[in-house]
Amino acid sequence: MSETKTCVVIGASHAGVNFAFALRQEGWEGNIILFDKDETLPYHRPPLSKKYLELEDSIQNNLLKPEDSYLKENISLKLGKSIININREDRTLTLEGGEVQKYDKLVLATGARAFVPPIKGLKDAKNVFTLRNIADVNGIREALNTSTAKKVVVIGGGYIGLETAASLKKLGADVTVLEREERILARVTTPYLSNFFYDLHDTNGVKIYAEKEVTEVSKVGDKNMVICSDGSSYEADLIIVGVGIKVNSELAEKIGLTIENGIRVETTAQTSDKDIYAIGDCNCHYNTFYDTFIRLESVQNAVDQAKVAAKNICGKTAVYDALPWFWSDQYDVKLQIVGLSKGHDETVVRVEDDKKFSIWYFKGDRLLAVDSINNAKSYVFGTKYIKSKALIDKLKLADPNSELKSISIA
Amino acid sequence: MAKITFITSDNEKITLEGDSGNVMQLAVNNSVKGIDGDCGGVCSCATCHVFVSENDIAKVGEASEIEVDMLELADDANEFSRLCCQIEISDAIDGVELTVAK
Repeated sequence: MSETKTCVVIGASHAGVNFAFALRQEGWEGNIILFDKDETLPYHRPPLSKKYLELEDSIQNNLLKPEDSYLKENISLKLGKSIININREDRTLTLEGGEVQKYDKLVLATGARAFVPPIKGLKDAKNVFTLRNIADVNGIREALNTSTAKKVVVIGGGYIGLETAASLKKLGADVTVLEREERILARVTTPYLSNFFYDLHDTNGVKIYAEKEVTEVSKVGDKNMVICSDGSSYEADLIIVGVGIKVNSELAEKIGLTIENGIRVETTAQTSDKDIYAIGDCNCHYNTFYDTFIRLESVQNAVDQAKVAAKNICGKTAVYDALPWFWSDQYDVKLQIVGLSKGHDETVVRVEDDKKFSIWYFKGDRLLAVDSINNAKSYVFGTKYIKSKALIDKLKLADPNSELKSISIA
Repeated sequence: MAKITFITSDNEKITLEGDSGNVMQLAVNNSVKGIDGDCGGVCSCATCHVFVSENDIAKVGEASEIEVDMLELADDANEFSRLCCQIEISDAIDGVELTVAK
């Protein structure tokens, strides 16, 4: 007699949900149980800082899968549930409240959470938000709607901070972004692109100040004052904190899985325990294009790893060897990124016009990554050339009159 | 209200009705095989590629510049290709037939 097997997934966002559906599609006949502590039906996260915030869109239009599809695929979705422990020997999970759940295969799709830096007074300040969950966005909307001055200070000039700034500006807020580094997006892109986004926000009336290290938030009446190390201060009805994330790897660490910049996995998404897989933002995996271990925070990474893990759990062989890609929308500008620019020693900028250009990152002759601004064609050719490891004629590349299809030498 | 027929790679014909939103969302909501819509409908991932039947091209309309460029990611794209997250559902597209790309 064969017993029904159970696959349990912790985390029902892009990785976990796509995994559950992929597992069914790959032929898993046993139970699939999907846990998440968020009580909302699983939704797309990228629109939270963009369309969802800006248009006050309904979450129904942002669901990863419609509610009845979980039923149709016989996926048991258990929302509002936190897992507090895993027992590898018994292959069981303990939920908050004491309930125990057995598993045969376990998938950690625990993602990451917004990091809140230990700034004096920040914890007790009014209307402080991060932006990661639907509840964050609903809180921001409500606070903005009830505020008359609508003064917003965004701490952190990364993608989340800038997207949120753009959306809030469209909603009529008075927005100031404070960035600790010498320029916005300092850790992820070139000065050229940082300057472009600075100008874009400036034109749209968002104030951006670099080299601003926030040291304290104090209360003045019912308002916050955000105070920086250079003595400058900014009034804020709302404070948005967008300074990065912390990986949700505590459960994995507690049970002794290998942790190194996230939960270390094989190219199959399997962790150091053969019955436990980790997918999405929470894992650190080997990337074949760049010959290095990386942890990525992206939809593409979550979805593609979900498919790989589902195949492997169903006994098929699949390895994760996807080329990473990302996007960001701010105002009417669409940024598309393919590849990882880390380690580049040369950049070539190809300007079609002042609102349409691309930045190509090379290490020697090897193309590593392309940032495309309103320029999907560069994104597409960049993808093809990185995949084929094509040798690029850099002079031709820099000349917008040369067609992208004819810039490859080999 | 528009009726839209999807033909999947298994040659399954699925006819769905919608009155708003985009075609990708309709397909995803009804688990049409081959339409993933990973990026949520912002023309960033090219995982909602369909071929519009020749007779319906005029009804559905042409792809925008960014869409045409993104379609170059698909090796099998042709003059009938669209990313269906960019097709808005309205009465105008009632009765169209879309073949899901592999």
